[in-house]
Order: sequence, then C-alpha cells, then structure tokens
Amino acid sequence: MNKFREEDVYIFNKKRECMSREDMRELQLRRLKKSVKYAYDNVAFYRDLYDKNNVAPEDLKELEDLELFPFITKDDLRKTYPFDLQAALKEDWKEVHSTSGTTGIPTVAAYTQKDLDIWAESTARGLASVGVHKNDIVNVAYGFGLFTGGHGAQYGAQKIGALAVPMSSGNTQRQMNFLKDFPADFLCCTPSYALYLAESFEKEGIDPSSIALRGGLFGAEMWTEEIRNKLESKFGISAQNIYGLTEVIGPGVSVDCHIKEGMHIAEDHFYPEIIDPNTLEVLPEGETGEIVFTSLTKTGMPVIRYRTKDITSLNYEKCECGRTTVRMNRITGRSDDMIKVKGVIVFPKQIEEVIMKMDELAPAYQIVVSRPDTLDEIEVQVEIDQANFKDSITDLEGFRHKIGERIKDAIGISVKVTLAEPYTIPRSEGKAVRVIDKRDFS
Amino acid sequence: MTIKQVSVFLENKKGRLFKALHILKNEDIDIRALSIADTSEFGILRMIVSDPIKAQEELQKEKFAVSLADVLAIEVDDQPGGLEKALDILNNKDQNVEYIYAFVEKRTQKALVVLNTQDNETSRQLLIDEGFSICPPEEIYNI
Repeated sequence: MNKFREEDVYIFNKKRECMSREDMRELQLRRLKKSVKYAYDNVAFYRDLYDKNNVAPEDLKELEDLELFPFITKDDLRKTYPFDLQAALKEDWKEVHSTSGTTGIPTVAAYTQKDLDIWAESTARGLASVGVHKNDIVNVAYGFGLFTGGHGAQYGAQKIGALAVPMSSGNTQRQMNFLKDFPADFLCCTPSYALYLAESFEKEGIDPSSIALRGGLFGAEMWTEEIRNKLESKFGISAQNIYGLTEVIGPGVSVDCHIKEGMHIAEDHFYPEIIDPNTLEVLPEGETGEIVFTSLTKTGMPVIRYRTKDITSLNYEKCECGRTTVRMNRITGRSDDMIKVKGVIVFPKQIEEVIMKMDELAPAYQIVVSRPDTLDEIEVQVEIDQANFKDSITDLEGFRHKIGERIKDAIGISVKVTLAEPYTIPRSEGKAVRVIDKRDFS
Repeated sequence: MTIKQVSVFLENKKGRLFKALHILKNEDIDIRALSIADTSEFGILRMIVSDPIKAQEELQKEKFAVSLADVLAIEVDDQPGGLEKALDILNNKDQNVEYIYAFVEKRTQKALVVLNTQDNETSRQLLIDEGFSICPPEEIYNI
C-alpha cells in the first residue's frame, strides 16, 4: 500500500523555485558577478589562476561569459589543502566537512553561517517536495561526522521545523526499531541502505510497507529506476533522488520533486553548465556531458566552474510540479574512471598499485563491480602462474587473503579476490578495460 | 623414493578439466591416479601419470599453471582398517596428512594410495619401520 500523500508536497520557496527564466538569469548574473569577484578578491588561488589566464571578474558581462574562465578540479582542491581555497575570515567559519580522503588528500570545506543557511534552504526545498511538514519525523541514516550526508538533511528538516533524528549509519536493528516505534514519516539515506533496511524488515517477518514511512530522499551513490521502484513498492513510499557533493555544498544541490523527471537544481545558488569532458566546450541545452557547478552565494569556499566528473544532462522546461528551476537527470556515469562502491570512492589505479608492487603477481588484473543483492561488491581478479602456484589449497587461500588485505589497506573497503588461470586476463594494450561495472545505472 | 605428482591450477570454469585431460590424451600420457581439491573459487587437479615431466611441459605449453610435487605411494591392505592402520602410525607421530587419494588400478593384491604429509621423508621412514611398502617411482609410472 502506498502511503505517500501527494497533497502534502509543496514548494518551499515559491519566489525562487518558480521564477521565470528571464528573472532567474538576471538573478544568476548578478550573483555570479559578485561571486567571481569575491573569489578573486579573497582567494590567492583564483587571483593567480585568472591573472595567468588573462581573465578578470569584470569580463563577466553575460552569464555565457563564464566560459572565459578556467575550470577547477579536485586536484586544485587537494593542492590547496586544507584551507587555501577559503575566502571567508577564519573567525566566520562555523563547521567543516571533508571527503573521506581514501584516494589521497581529502577535500576539506569550511562553512560559514551563511553557507549553512544556504545548505539548509536547499535540502528543505527537497524535503518539501517529498511532503515533509513541521509536525513530521525525519530519520536521517546518512553518516554524520565529516561526511556531508547526515548534516545536510538534518539542517533541511530543522529549517522546515520537522524533527530530525540523527540516526547516522549502521546498527540496523536500532534503525528498524526507531523507524517503527517513533514512528518515522520520512527517511534519508543511501538507496542501497534503504533497500537493505526493507529486506531486514522482511527477514523479521515485518512487511516494510506496514510502517508509517511515507517518503524519503535517497542519494550519495548512483542508483536506478529499478531500485526506486523496489523502494517505493516495498516501503509504500515516494523515493526521491537527492544529489550533491562536498565541494559544492553537500547533498541538496539538486533534488527530485514527486514527479521524478529530473532533479531540480537550486540554481539560484549553484549555477550549472554541461561540458564535453574531452573538448571542455560548453554543450547546448539538453546534451549529455559532465556537469560543472559554480557557487553563486557561498562565502566559505566559493567554487567557480568546478568539474564534478559526473555525467548527466539538463532540462530547462517547466516541470509539472510548478517549479521552473532547471532539472538534471540521474547521474549515468563518470568522465574519469572513479568508481563509487558502498559510498567509498575508489580509483582503479589504487588497486593497480597494490598488484604491481607484488612481484609474485603477473601484471594483469581486472576489477568487476557488481551488486549481487542490494550491496555493492568489488571483485579483483588476478592470475595464478608458474611462479606463485603452490600445490596447496591453504597456501592459495592464504595468498588470496594477503592480496585482499593489501587492497583493503589501500582503498579502505573489502574486496573479493579471485584467482584466474595464467594469461586469461586481457593484457593492457594501450587502453585495457580494467573495470567492468555490472551495476546498471541507466 | 617419492613419486612426482602433477598439480594443475584450475579455475572453477566450465571445460577447464576437460582441456587439461585432453592435452594429456593427445600426448598419450596415462593417468594412474587423480583427485581434485576444490574451493568455491578454484581447484587443484592432482594426478599421478606415466610421464610427469612431459605432462608438466605439455600443460605449461597450453598456459596451465603446473607444479610437480613429491608425494608417497604406499600399499595398504585392501580390507577394512588397511588405510586406517597407516594413518594411525602417522597420527601418533604428529605427521599431518595434507591430502590423500587412491589409485584405481592395483599393482598387487594390495590397495595403492597417494599420500602427502607435512614431511614425506619422515613419514616414509615411519611407515617402512612398521612394515608398509612404499612403491618406487618407476613401478608407479608403469603400472
């Protein structure tokens, strides 16, 4: 039974979310000029970058003039670790968030009170679009801590006046109890964890749709319509997609409305562009490419043309829900080889390094990412050959275990190592396909 | 006095055992005894064959990972308790048995088993002392 109530959904900030395109562009241009100048005036990194590229904030006459400005990437954020991209005075920093840093130097962002307000506003818009009101209970099962997930949803719920329960991740039994007993009206977590919760209820003989839950915002990983359908039918809810990244602000940059035909970007705060990741040219409306964000109002760590590496497309048509804000489609891939598994960022290169360091292993490997049930799994295939083959199951199992441990040390999560016969893994011929992603995100 | 066993790494994939055995057939190599140890992911095919060196070469040519292991071939009474008696001796002296499998054919009225233990030399001596007969390689390869 579906408990979602369409009559509950509302537009949190009609003035901003339903602006005419003309008015929105005018607002964006005004804010963009200010934001670029603010970054230039307060961050040496931007000043050097723009001086070197012979551009100046004054060159921004139209929104399209943003194309004159160079992009920044995660590498730039690492180079400026920890706080060299901060524009605000230290005394104005209120909170800090960070990526996990498993792939090297973490990306750190300090938030001013104003940034926290923008973040709360953005997630509140999303929560309103799934029908959260002030008398509701929202269980937030994203991780709390340096990770942006939990806090964003909490601030949004609190901005609405709802009760946000900071469940954080893990302890599934307690999650189930609180969902059932409080009872929670809404849930925010990763879609795979939500599915896991549904199955945990089923295992206990409880129909997940029998709990009060009416809706949820799910994100922080790539997922599919299929998972959405499963979540909606199992829990009897509306399952809406939420997108964001620490570099920009965190989850809430864009959120599905209940129509679910693309995530509405809070574009009065985050200006999107779609580029061709190879030519770096801005693509015409509707085309698929890498999404680039520019913060229009952030004061802690402004980002100007930040390359997300996420592949999607934009739709500027007015939505059935009444909002006019631009919508971005589901993320269908990455323009780099990053894979996100169990919410952790993994680059194949990290696994390669471990394998190449082990002399007893042939320099051939393959990574297979799959989702056998609801949770992601990484399989790393390596070869057994004359040099490392031992006539003992125990030795071979020990070898497998050793490789697995080393990879875990490098990437932070467990993988399944499988042993293949000699010369059965394709050798690198220029561009070998190292990663086979069997998860279906299309 | 140990015999050479041919050990082959096999992925748990359709047709791999067949492929290995097919190579031996083409080279006219006889299999005297055979066992497969497997986990859910992979297996080890262990064989006593008429010409272990050639078997290794031919299998390697076809890109199998192969090793030759020294194992014991012992004769036990072909009656209840025959094998148990041999294992009891090893057990009493804390000689761990890694694996064991039997020959199909017989050289005499006794049954033949392949044995790999922690320390085959010590095991051999222990068994000889108790009156067991250990088969020499040439007899095994030419059964």
